[in-house]
Amino acid sequence: MTLARYSLIATAVLALAACGKQEEAPAPDAAGAPAAAAPAGDEVIKIGHAAPLTGNIAHLGKDNENGVRLAIEELNAEGVEIGGKKVKFEMISEDDQADPKTATTVAQRFVDAKVAGVIGHLNSGTTIPASKLYSDAGIPQISPSATNPQYTLQGFKTAYRVIANDVAQGGALGEFAATNLKAKKVAIIDDRTAYGQGLADEFEKAAKAKGVEVVGREFTTNQATDFMAILTTIKGKKPDVIFYGGMDAQAGPLTQQLKKLGIAAKVMGGDGFQTGEYIKLAGDNAEGQFASQPGMPKDKMPGFADFDKKYKAKFNTDIQIYAPFTYDATRLMVEAMKRAGSADPAKYLPELAKTDYQGVTGPIKFDEKGDIVGGQVTVYQVKAGKWEAVATVGSPAAAPAAAAAPAEQPKQ
Amino acid sequence: MDIFIQQLINGLVVGSIYALIALGYTMVYGILQLINFAHGEIVMMGAMITISAVSILSGSGVNLPGPLLVVAGLLVSIPITMLLGFTIERVAYRPLRKAPRLAPLITAIGISIVLQQVAVLIWKNNPRSFPDLLPHASHDFMGAVITDLQILIVVLALVVMGGLLIMVEKTKLGRAMRAVSMNQSVASLMGVNINYVISMTFVIGSALGAVAGVMVGANYGLAYPTMGFMIGLKAFTAAVLGGIGNLAGAVAGGLLLGIIESVGAGYLGPITGGVLGSHYQDIFAFMVLILVLVFRPSGLLGERVAERA
Repeated sequence: MTLARYSLIATAVLALAACGKQEEAPAPDAAGAPAAAAPAGDEVIKIGHAAPLTGNIAHLGKDNENGVRLAIEELNAEGVEIGGKKVKFEMISEDDQADPKTATTVAQRFVDAKVAGVIGHLNSGTTIPASKLYSDAGIPQISPSATNPQYTLQGFKTAYRVIANDVAQGGALGEFAATNLKAKKVAIIDDRTAYGQGLADEFEKAAKAKGVEVVGREFTTNQATDFMAILTTIKGKKPDVIFYGGMDAQAGPLTQQLKKLGIAAKVMGGDGFQTGEYIKLAGDNAEGQFASQPGMPKDKMPGFADFDKKYKAKFNTDIQIYAPFTYDATRLMVEAMKRAGSADPAKYLPELAKTDYQGVTGPIKFDEKGDIVGGQVTVYQVKAGKWEAVATVGSPAAAPAAAAAPAEQPKQ
Repeated sequence: MDIFIQQLINGLVVGSIYALIALGYTMVYGILQLINFAHGEIVMMGAMITISAVSILSGSGVNLPGPLLVVAGLLVSIPITMLLGFTIERVAYRPLRKAPRLAPLITAIGISIVLQQVAVLIWKNNPRSFPDLLPHASHDFMGAVITDLQILIVVLALVVMGGLLIMVEKTKLGRAMRAVSMNQSVASLMGVNINYVISMTFVIGSALGAVAGVMVGANYGLAYPTMGFMIGLKAFTAAVLGGIGNLAGAVAGGLLLGIIESVGAGYLGPITGGVLGSHYQDIFAFMVLILVLVFRPSGLLGERVAERA
């Protein structure tokens, strides 16, 4: 056999191996899935939870899962009655690997398992394709963290989220860059995911509207670790701010490499890297960088201190980002079931739309699209190795107008 | 112009990392005509074990300067990866030495998945930050920036290549390696212990893998259990590009691939008017692989070998 033919076969086998890696991962999770199992006797209501539990943002997925778990264990301990019958809740947690294809498989599994509702998914890129399956099956879905505007613009009656979308977030960041940071020139990088690209597009629109010049638009992937080439290109354009639309696993090394190249521009981004993990990965270089988070600052969230205490006691780890949001989503879904007197999706869905809930993260109401009414966005800065809130943009009154603004659909 | 020089330097550094890893692929291929796909995972293991060792050392109050701490970490990780390499060859490749070539290729992929999952079990799936221990002062070079660490990586790749070439050409083990690579049965008739020679090849290759892993970790500031796959694939491409089985070829291929990628990522957008963006940098590596296989199957520095199998 010649080397050429051999190498071609090698490449083909390798491609197969790559597929294998995609598929073999969920096995361990399937075994550990019915974690918050309910005791026999009462009627059991299954609630699905989906997030990446493996891969480079598994820490965020685990955090989401913990939020749902905490809510369900509390509900079971409190004893909930729906339609006069005592019920128990059970979480079925699945790993979507932050991969759109896997997400639809997971969604199908939830539909087949006849879950009463789904909390998830984490990423916009997985939430959007999965939402079609939930909509077809009539299963209510509440995402704690998918911020791409597209999610609620598809006209699905079942799609809700408890977080401000990227129109609000990108807009707030653009405004912050222009007015607070007085940036004249910005460069934008995104990771080509529905979330990263969507957020970067919204930021670009808002920045341009404020008269900021966009001097460069570069792209990477959500698997990359080397950003030297694109940062070098950006260096030549001398921006004041570099905006990154993506997650902490990339934002960390990106910030380090920025310093290596001697670029003085500030890094700025969305909720994808407003995490403790980002500070760890970027090290000292994280100091002074900005990232936003939909919602109020944690210390202004009405129930955060209490939630934080419970969470730490139970899981012995710090909250990453979205655990309070998954916790609220779970509880308000159950509230809707209680009001409707039924866990049947068709019966409690209309009640879900009427939600008016005081959650850990603040008051939650939905508009007709399923977006949260009055979503606020807080901008944080790393100071002495910790995220500190520096500004909160958007008010309950102003936000609905902003949410109604997007006439142009984000590109997919 | 300084931007272009910076892109070249970026490419040179990434290329040197590819070269260090490609040397491991090419050594094994030169002797066994086997592509050891588990090598990428050895690189990952080297990085992860070093991070753990360093954090345990500094956690237990050992107060060493940064570079010495990394060396201490390497002293832990190198023996472990050597043992891993030895075991992999013994378990997954030796029983299949007479089997058709596809069989050991499949066990190689199997081993690589096993190693990756074991790493997930040990270290969880989060990226680990690599402690900031190696010197990284920046130097100005014709308007571009290069750090101490990057210089170290480039020098290391060249030194390791030189060392391996001397070993293969001048030492007794090297002569045995060349003999085994030419013809295993004749070599064994001449009194060469081929099992020993092959084991040594894996052990040396794995030690290099650990060093490469630490360089990758230090350069990007992080390491994670799935890092071995992509970087291994790129290094394999580099080895094929340079002519697999050829040590100097692996380094030449690595450097060339690094530079092509870096310059490609830097200028792809402007050249295509924004149609193809910088996120297409990975397809460059594989386009190169395909083109080389089509036009020069034996690689840039590879010799045309007569059909043997």
